Amino acid sequence: MSNLTIGKAVNAGLRAAMEHDPKVLVMGEDVGRLGGVFRVTDGLHKDFGADRVIDTPLAESGIVGTAIGMAMRGYRPVVEIQFDGFFFPAANQTFTQLAKMRRRSAGKLSVPVVMRIPYGGGIGAVEHHSESPESYFLHTAGLRVVSVANAVDAYWMIQQAIRSDDPVIFLEPKRRYYEKAEVDTEAPFAEAVPMGAARVARPGTDVTLLAYGPMVKTALQAAEADTDHSIEVIDLRSLSPVDYPTVVESVKRTGRLVVTHEATLTGGPGAEIAARITEECFYHLESPVIRVAAFDTPYPQSRLEEHYLPDLDRVLDGVDRAFAY
Amino acid sequence: MSDTTAHEEPELIQLLTPEGELTGHPDYPLEITADEVRDLYRDLVLVRRFDGEAVSLQRQGELGLWASLLGQEAAQIGSGRALRGHDMAFPSYREHGVAWCRGIEPEELLGMFRGVTNGGWDPHEHGFHLYTIVIGSQALHATGYAMGVQRDGALGEDGTAVITYFGDGATSQGDTNEAFNFASVNNAPVVFFCQNNQWAISEPLERQARVPIYKRASGFGFPGVRVDGNDVLAVLAVTRAALDNAREGNGPTLVEAFTYRMGAHTTNDDPTRYRNAAELEEWKAKDPILRVRRYLEHNGLADDAFFAGVDAEADALGEKVRTQCRSLPDPEPLDIFHEVYAEPNVHIDRQRAEFAEYLASFEAEGVR
Ligand SMILES: Cc1ncc(C[n+]2csc(CCOP(=O)(O)OP(=O)(O)O)c2C)c(N)n1
Ligand SMILES: [Mg+2]
Repeated sequence: MSNLTIGKAVNAGLRAAMEHDPKVLVMGEDVGRLGGVFRVTDGLHKDFGADRVIDTPLAESGIVGTAIGMAMRGYRPVVEIQFDGFFFPAANQTFTQLAKMRRRSAGKLSVPVVMRIPYGGGIGAVEHHSESPESYFLHTAGLRVVSVANAVDAYWMIQQAIRSDDPVIFLEPKRRYYEKAEVDTEAPFAEAVPMGAARVARPGTDVTLLAYGPMVKTALQAAEADTDHSIEVIDLRSLSPVDYPTVVESVKRTGRLVVTHEATLTGGPGAEIAARITEECFYHLESPVIRVAAFDTPYPQSRLEEHYLPDLDRVLDGVDRAFAY
Repeated sequence: MSDTTAHEEPELIQLLTPEGELTGHPDYPLEITADEVRDLYRDLVLVRRFDGEAVSLQRQGELGLWASLLGQEAAQIGSGRALRGHDMAFPSYREHGVAWCRGIEPEELLGMFRGVTNGGWDPHEHGFHLYTIVIGSQALHATGYAMGVQRDGALGEDGTAVITYFGDGATSQGDTNEAFNFASVNNAPVVFFCQNNQWAISEPLERQARVPIYKRASGFGFPGVRVDGNDVLAVLAVTRAALDNAREGNGPTLVEAFTYRMGAHTTNDDPTRYRNAAELEEWKAKDPILRVRRYLEHNGLADDAFFAGVDAEADALGEKVRTQCRSLPDPEPLDIFHEVYAEPNVHIDRQRAEFAEYLASFEAEGVR
């Protein structure tokens, strides 16, 4: 057992993956000697060398594009996008190439690239350092999208993402990087919960509260704080594909669903989940599916982010709205 | 693949040596009065003080972040003072010295790093665009703006020139290289001003480029020049020539200001993790301010009273910056919904109304 932060757990998971498979590479801006601006790749350059831990030129399209080429040559590149807002220069390579390569090649080409992105707000940063771009990825067929909410998942899911033959967008909740948990790093890989499975983080009976990444902690706090309702919290873990059986089972029991995320409301994950749950649980629902998300505006200057991001009060307000029906 | 270019010693345009000796340069004659040199000295000292204050304010929790210009004062003041009033500049995020030359109040710069604005000044009023953080983006904006200037017929002796600032790291970005190409094929009146401070966060120059940066211009079909970025006079002369060339319709120039980032990348960064102290010491000897002071002193162009006066002015500026920063008002929560669209938008209006109602519900309960 090791007591690890989320950041350290990703680091340990990367190390385990690199030890397990010599084809695993790490590449990105400042990931080498510095160990990344969040130190997630700390020590890897020293221990695995510059051939496997590559400080790239400052060019995200170049990073993802060359990772695709390396993957075609049999490597498993794990690229780091330094901050969420700097993914966008790589949008072309990601959406037109990475996501489509398998289909375009009728399955002859596999591009198992993992794109790690520290994402989300709440750290008092300047522009472009607090974005939640997951909706763009969800909307793109060919990409798997996961987000971790605790160190245990961080440790195992990064390894699962690397072993996956599909491209995986691996979203790391940067404001939770320092949250700690006990991680059994000696446990067999095969026993880890699959990265595609949602997890009931806290059982309850009256309402299902769905969250992922940074909002899981807030959702658990809401469940704790709400003495009127028994809230079941689900940590979605995989955003694409969504583990609907787990969610549907819960909603059929509770009759209510609240979805929360830091991504903007319109066209966000909550919208898709609401539509799907309405189809699958129509006769079990006591209220419409409620979404608690960021407003449909650009991410504001940091002095406003506490208002912009859904917080404990907004989540509780959402739960109350679900009981207004 | 030929590697020879990487080994040639590139020419560095210098007018004023680190020892303060005015050597001049045949290609860049500079007529400058003692008054003007004293003004440049004053600019250099004041922006260094402003920058130092901002670092302290960040340490005290008054700013979320600060990207220090320490060591790059001459590159910024020299180029900033080469601009004419109607010229237009497109900065990255470290150009506090250029902002100073464009009449941006320190508090306007601090607002962004404090998180109360996204960059509050009027770009048109100052001929200085907002800071751009997504590396390389602004090089294309500058090029497009310059293409507009060209189409307006605003070229000639009193024409408008455009300048864009970016770092050595930014030369790797696709946008930057696309800007070079767009500017070249359109013969756009734009100056690409690269502050090569040798580092992009933790990555040294050799991770970005195998040839001197200024040489890249020739491949795109326009001139490139490397100037001593710590020599304010050389930067002024070289940038002025490049701007004049652009304004007269002769197309782009790439100016590589060879300088050094004396401080951390930003206040979040710890450079001891990736670079050695000897390098810093070496560059300290080439300090951009010291050489101007030496020049003024050796030539009897400024006395103790002048230097004391500038120092007093710097103290007063420091005081003003601290007060201004602390009194910057926090934005109102409903500001979130402002200026998202030009035209009324029912969707945003609805979210604003709902949020206002939500906030009011706390006031009613008296809990917020
Ligand atoms: C597209 C993009 N990718 C990554 C970053 C993160 N980042 C901010 S500054 C920086 C290094 C920039 O180096 P350089 O261009 O040399 O400018 P300097 O900071 O030295 O002034 C990086 C990687 C960013 N702002 N934008
Ligand atoms: Mg640099």
